[in-house]
Amino acid sequence: MRLENKVAFISGGGRGMGEVMARLFVQEGAKVVIGDVLEAEGKQVEAAINETGGECIFVPLDVTDEAQWQQAVAATVARFGKLDILINNAGIYRTRRVEDTPSEEWDQVLAINGKGVFLGTKAAIPEMRKAGGGSIINLSSVAGLVGSADSAAYNASKGAVRIFTKSTAVQYAQEGIRANSIHPGTIETPMTADLLAGAGRQDRMNRTPLGRLGRAEDVAYGALYLASDEASFVTGSELVIDGGRTAE
Amino acid sequence: MRLENKVALISGGARGMGAVEAKLFAKEGAKVVIADVLEDEGKQTEAEIIEAGGQCLSVKLDVTSEENWVQAVSATVTRFGKLDILVNNAGIFPLGNVEETTVEIWDRVMAINGKGVFLGTKAAIPEMRKAGGGSIINLSSVAGLIGSARAAAYGATKGAVRIFTKSTAVQYAKDGIRANSVHPGIIDTPMTAPTILTDESSRQAQMARTPLGRLGQSEDVAYGVLFLASDESSFMTGSELVIDGGLTAQ
Repeated sequence: MRLENKVAFISGGGRGMGEVMARLFVQEGAKVVIGDVLEAEGKQVEAAINETGGECIFVPLDVTDEAQWQQAVAATVARFGKLDILINNAGIYRTRRVEDTPSEEWDQVLAINGKGVFLGTKAAIPEMRKAGGGSIINLSSVAGLVGSADSAAYNASKGAVRIFTKSTAVQYAQEGIRANSIHPGTIETPMTADLLAGAGRQDRMNRTPLGRLGRAEDVAYGALYLASDEASFVTGSELVIDGGRTAE
Repeated sequence: MRLENKVALISGGARGMGAVEAKLFAKEGAKVVIADVLEDEGKQTEAEIIEAGGQCLSVKLDVTSEENWVQAVSATVTRFGKLDILVNNAGIFPLGNVEETTVEIWDRVMAINGKGVFLGTKAAIPEMRKAGGGSIINLSSVAGLIGSARAAAYGATKGAVRIFTKSTAVQYAKDGIRANSVHPGIIDTPMTAPTILTDESSRQAQMARTPLGRLGQSEDVAYGVLFLASDESSFMTGSELVIDGGLTAQ
């Protein structure tokens, strides 16, 4: 098993990609903590994983709240003894161009998608240092690589995550803490459900050279690779999982 | 096993990173063809893999010869029935800045590192199409991402591989053929030992450039290649996997 004896924290693990990652990580031997604002969904995933023999706990987490991050990391260490892997997966998606974006929406998107990653990283580093190293995986997006026709704040937040990841990588490499970003293309998840309703679905498939939508599993396997020691020489890198969309 | 029922051809598989990839692939269930100009080393690696219980065949391959490539692919299909994975791993690493690079060196490194990838891709595509898809992994380098102080021609070839990979990805995505590039940083191999890792002080200098503070091992690259070869990365094409200990992040 590729994550034996590892302890992983996954923000936004209550559903969608985060949930699929939690299940895959448990299958590969990790003990997993799910942090999410969605308490009912989070507890359901926790129960489902424990029922199949995996080890998992849920903790309530609003990623924009530093005190909650500290509590979440403390709960992880109290239960499983350490923290090796952090997946900053929680995020929101808003489709509005620059002129249509209210200042409040900018603040909200940047707070969840941007500051959430900063606060998670800040809370995790001391524990990873104690564990002798760790792996941080930040969910950026293809929208962190190229301009998007229909999103301004989301675009900016994912660009911030892209470079903040390299900043973390360079600053903490000598302590054995790695940090990498993942850049999914169009993935079928609860976050993209509205976007993929109706004509948007075919349009997105047409824009993807492989001709299909991504699945949460496609992203989860990338996160697994980066989380495991198989990627121990990988830090500050961008893993693009987009069916070829940004290659052309 | 992550490569069960897959058939892989690895150029430059006789030694160094290629041999480590071949052994890892065989361990993960793949049938592996090692193709190399180094025939003795190729046979040796083949024997080691078979002894460990794997399935392997070594063939002679000069990557600059289209005819050699056609024969290598044909030998693969004759022996193992199909071709799913191509790792364009063969390459050379001559040092020299622009003025120090002779036309002969430029032509040779472009032929092996650049045209070799083109010819391998061209030879593999028809068989991958028959197999219903495939995965091509091209070894570029961090030298394909940023300028290098000491390797002008090498950098140009690796830049060519970087974008040629995306070209292949976009052109053959609809056939289910994926193509991705791997960009290793400073890896301790038979290619770097006689060039940039010749003594303790050069090793220390390369380690100091690398945020993680160590040299990469062939295994570090092989695991990335394994990920890209397997169906775990089935939504990845045209991507760049950088395995450099943080070298190009700063």
